[in-house]
Amino acid sequence: MARLNMVKALNLALLQEMERDADVLVIGEDVGVDGGVFRVTEDLHRTFGSKRVIDSPLAEAAIIGTSIGMALYGLKPVCEIQFSGFAFQCFHQIENHAARYRTRAQGRFHVPMVIRMPYGGGVRALEHHSESEEQFYAHIPGLKMVVPSGPRNARALLAAAIRDPDPVVFFEHKGLYHAAKEEVPDDSETQPLGRAQVVREGRQLTMIAWGAMLRVAREAAETLESEDGVSCEIVDVLTISPLDRETIVRSVSKTGRAVIVHEAPRTFGPGAEIAASIMDGAFLSLEAPIARVAAHDVPFPGFAREKGNVPDVARVVTAARETLAF
Amino acid sequence: MPRTPLEPRFQVDYLSILDAEGSLDTALEPKIAAAELKRLYRAMLLGRRLDERMVRLQRQGRIGTFAPIKGQEASQLGSISTLRPTDWMVPSFRETAAMLWRGWPIEKLLLFFAGYLEGGQPAPDQHDLPICIPVATQLPHAVGLAYAAQYRGDGAVVMAYFGDGATSEGDFHEAVNFAGVWHVPVVLVCQNNQWAISVPLKKQTHSRTIAQKALAYGIPGIQVDGNDILAVYAASLEAVERARAGDGPTLIECVTYRLGVHTTADDPTKYRSNEEVAEWERKDPLTRFGAYLKKKRLLDEGLEKEVDAEISAAVARFESAPAADPLTMFDHVYAELPPDLKVQREALAERLRHGESRPGAPPTPSPPMRGQRTGAR
Repeated sequence: MARLNMVKALNLALLQEMERDADVLVIGEDVGVDGGVFRVTEDLHRTFGSKRVIDSPLAEAAIIGTSIGMALYGLKPVCEIQFSGFAFQCFHQIENHAARYRTRAQGRFHVPMVIRMPYGGGVRALEHHSESEEQFYAHIPGLKMVVPSGPRNARALLAAAIRDPDPVVFFEHKGLYHAAKEEVPDDSETQPLGRAQVVREGRQLTMIAWGAMLRVAREAAETLESEDGVSCEIVDVLTISPLDRETIVRSVSKTGRAVIVHEAPRTFGPGAEIAASIMDGAFLSLEAPIARVAAHDVPFPGFAREKGNVPDVARVVTAARETLAF
Repeated sequence: MPRTPLEPRFQVDYLSILDAEGSLDTALEPKIAAAELKRLYRAMLLGRRLDERMVRLQRQGRIGTFAPIKGQEASQLGSISTLRPTDWMVPSFRETAAMLWRGWPIEKLLLFFAGYLEGGQPAPDQHDLPICIPVATQLPHAVGLAYAAQYRGDGAVVMAYFGDGATSEGDFHEAVNFAGVWHVPVVLVCQNNQWAISVPLKKQTHSRTIAQKALAYGIPGIQVDGNDILAVYAASLEAVERARAGDGPTLIECVTYRLGVHTTADDPTKYRSNEEVAEWERKDPLTRFGAYLKKKRLLDEGLEKEVDAEISAAVARFESAPAADPLTMFDHVYAELPPDLKVQREALAERLRHGESRPGAPPTPSPPMRGQRTGAR
């Protein structure tokens, strides 16, 4: 057991999965000698060499495209896209091919690969380095879309994603890389994809969040408890697709109120699908309309104005109070 | 510090062995056994006759949109015949003749173009990717397969197909670049058929050849007469042997011509002249190879009938295939069906069992207690 930040925890997952299975490869820009711009792949090159830790040319489409070829052959590439804002240059490979080969080849081939991408704002970074685009991937049949919220689940989910036989887009919030340390077991640990977790029990309102928004939800829940005496439950979604509707619906059926918090723009964001799931499964339990706290429907406004855009504790508290007062 | 030409001088060869009349440069003639020559001619003829039949099947509404290969048989068979079954083929969407050579049953190809995904399923031991429709996007897959083959050290070579239009796509350039940097065993076969639907080669690229694009990425490139099966074969064999020996990738440009439509939804009279087509018809790869075999007394009588019978039998098998079961659309989305998809599948199964509700019929009421509150607050 060691106290690790998310960078070290992810690095541990990669190290252990590569030790466990010679078919696991790491590929991306600067992932080798440099250890990745966020150091997630640090020392892997030294341990496993340049055939397994590939410093690729600078081309997102070919990083994903060649990884698809490797996966079709039976290898298990873990690709790093340096920032999720650059993934539109490989989006066609993800949508047209990674997600579809199993269907197109009717099971003769499948694509066991993981596409890691740092995402999210609040880190004083430029355009294309601060966005949240999970909705695009969650909308693609054949893909899985995972967003850990802390070091321990990041490590366990990444290990599970690498062992998963289907392609997984794995979002890592840049703001969480160094945000906190957690106890992470030394021995290999996995956590099933497709399962949300209730991380705070409560009775009057359910907050649904993931990634860096989980911390925002937690702080909002504490404020509501101490200032308003309100008992909030929090669901950490963890896997955006396939979505664990059951855990969300069970929680909202109990509390009767839901506030969904995400960093992606509001319209057609994951919150819309989650809200629809709640309507399907918990309609008669609802005491108030479902609230969504999300980024505005604007292109990234520059980090000088980011504060007004990324959901913060105050916005979540306000939304919760409106929901409670309905 | 003078300004000097760089060494080595970059060079691209053009290779042609057999001319339109069937006479040849014997010094360049590849050594192909008589039985293999006959097999290649039969495959060309089968490709041609099936192509013509499939156009008719489409016109009759028995299959959907289809991309004919007429005129490109030599480019496909001259290259694919240099592979071993354990090597890999990565097609685009106009490789019927090459796919037949690789063992795809005719009825499977018909099923594919009739909208059945079953038609795209390679056999369990077949090292072929399914047909890929988005232009050039299959090329990085070929390079990745080649990387994996090299990583595993099993000696397999990968051959990938694409057209002249594909060379304008970013994926082409990224793939050739990665292939060069990684030095992987891949042979990239461009069927330059002069037209990307309505856009001629001169609007596609300002390069004199497509083959020379290889040089920018540090790999060998060669231009061949793509209607000359011997030239395609010789260039491909050289490239495959180089790849297998660990000497890296090659780009082959086969200069050929699409004698037919782009797809059955296309009308080429809008953008090209009949004279141009007639000129290329005189260079038909099938008659050219036929003339060569005739001189060698290797041309069998009655081959056309035999091939047509094979096609007709396959069409009959195709048409007796069971109707597509909509429920199977869920079978290969994920290794394991997620709960949501189970629900969607069950709902479809229910609709299929009972038929769609009649117009005007009242909707089935939801269970009255659905979503009921589960506890006190």
